[in-house]
Amino acid sequence: MRLWIAKQRYLIDFTLASLARRKTKNIGLLLVFSLLVFALASVTLLTSALRQEAARVLAQSPEVLLQRMVAGRHDLIPPGYIERIGRIRGVQQVEGRLWGYYYDAVVKANYTFQVARENPPAAGRIVVGPGLARFRGVQAGNVLSFRSYSGKLFTFTVDAVLPAESELVSADLVLLNEADFRAFFDYPAGHFTDIALNVANPQEVRTVATKLAAALPDSRPILRDEVLRTYQSIFDWREGIALALLSAAILAFAILAWDKASGLSAEEKREIGILKAIGWETGDVIRMKLWESMLVALGAFLLGYLAAYVHVFHFSAALFAPVLKGWAVLYPSFTLVPAIDGLQIATLLFFTVFPYAVAVLVPIWRAAITDPDAVMRG
Amino acid sequence: MRYAGRPSGLAGWVFALLIVLFLASFADARRLAQKRTGEQAVRAELAAKLQLTDLALFTEARYTRHLSLADLHSAAQDHPLSLEHFPSGSLMPPPAHLRNHAPLDRQTTLPD
Repeated sequence: MRLWIAKQRYLIDFTLASLARRKTKNIGLLLVFSLLVFALASVTLLTSALRQEAARVLAQSPEVLLQRMVAGRHDLIPPGYIERIGRIRGVQQVEGRLWGYYYDAVVKANYTFQVARENPPAAGRIVVGPGLARFRGVQAGNVLSFRSYSGKLFTFTVDAVLPAESELVSADLVLLNEADFRAFFDYPAGHFTDIALNVANPQEVRTVATKLAAALPDSRPILRDEVLRTYQSIFDWREGIALALLSAAILAFAILAWDKASGLSAEEKREIGILKAIGWETGDVIRMKLWESMLVALGAFLLGYLAAYVHVFHFSAALFAPVLKGWAVLYPSFTLVPAIDGLQIATLLFFTVFPYAVAVLVPIWRAAITDPDAVMRG
Repeated sequence: MRYAGRPSGLAGWVFALLIVLFLASFADARRLAQKRTGEQAVRAELAAKLQLTDLALFTEARYTRHLSLADLHSAAQDHPLSLEHFPSGSLMPPPAHLRNHAPLDRQTTLPD
């Protein structure tokens, strides 16, 4: 065993000396490889943390949400629907929700106005999300004015700002009471935006949803399960521009690595020829190159992964913010609870280290089994 | 500063350090998770209290703000022939209930 370790150490010594002879090229390769792993690992860590965040945060969202469709478009829930739904067996707790969007032309941002169910603010008062408060520079006690869609100017006093920790779900919220909401949006009395309901037996959610769809054919039930599934597919890689951008980088790197690994330079061929001529066996040459590829690929994986971890969980994925932000003016500032998916990291490790090792080994094996004289002559 | 030992020794130390940092990242993740779980609970509590259905991740348009409640064709409803023009649309697929809307809708007597 000791002899084997000593032999491997000599091979690593030789490999490192050989890598050092082409220092610039190899350091460049290591950096590009690390950068690629960094980008892939950052996306993996960010999406798995966001998925977990959505699953935990939205676990208590309404079991079924009912929207009404008119001519294929989302419409208001008219009076009488809530009573009809309440009569369906299995339905517990039915509540009409009142919420809507408001585009603030002053700062070109979209807000979500919503009626607070519990402890609604007093008339003329609002509670705002931390993102909105930061963006408009307001705090409790300040006054905010909005011009409603009917053209009337409404002035509200900020009662409180929602906690900063809640920004990921509340950045753009404006909470107000029902009367203010109806007056601001000119909402017809007795109408609601949608209906939230809970089902007595969680196993009957689907049955109840089917009953709802049958009883109210113009309605569209959305189950909590579907809401959660929407977020499970967050950043669907088939459609994500992140992957589109990354796939070009992956391909570019694949070409670079393939070119570097599979096309042996004349110098490398001569080196193999000399090694064979002075008595190295084919197995030794292959082992030496295996160490070379392992040092480069494993080093790049570890460096890239560590940088990605720090980037996502200590710097809130700052480099991805412009992509996630899109055209949004109100972008929440948030810190994610780390959720590292071991399988994804193992997959990343496998797909970064293994293909590179194989790409290196095949041409080396071909060069190593040929006659040293022929290899040296090229 | 020049390293006096063998190159393999130096490589061993560098890799040992990287592996220790790699393992430490899992320990750090656990530490951060414990620290940030309280903040997550605040979000979950608010979401339950206000019956929220979505993360405020993409606030740029109606149909990206509440992804789970969006229409399949809402991108085209702002004006005729309006194509998807918000960057978030390319990051997020349509909601799950619209992509797999087989079971419930087929049982209704009238189409949506």
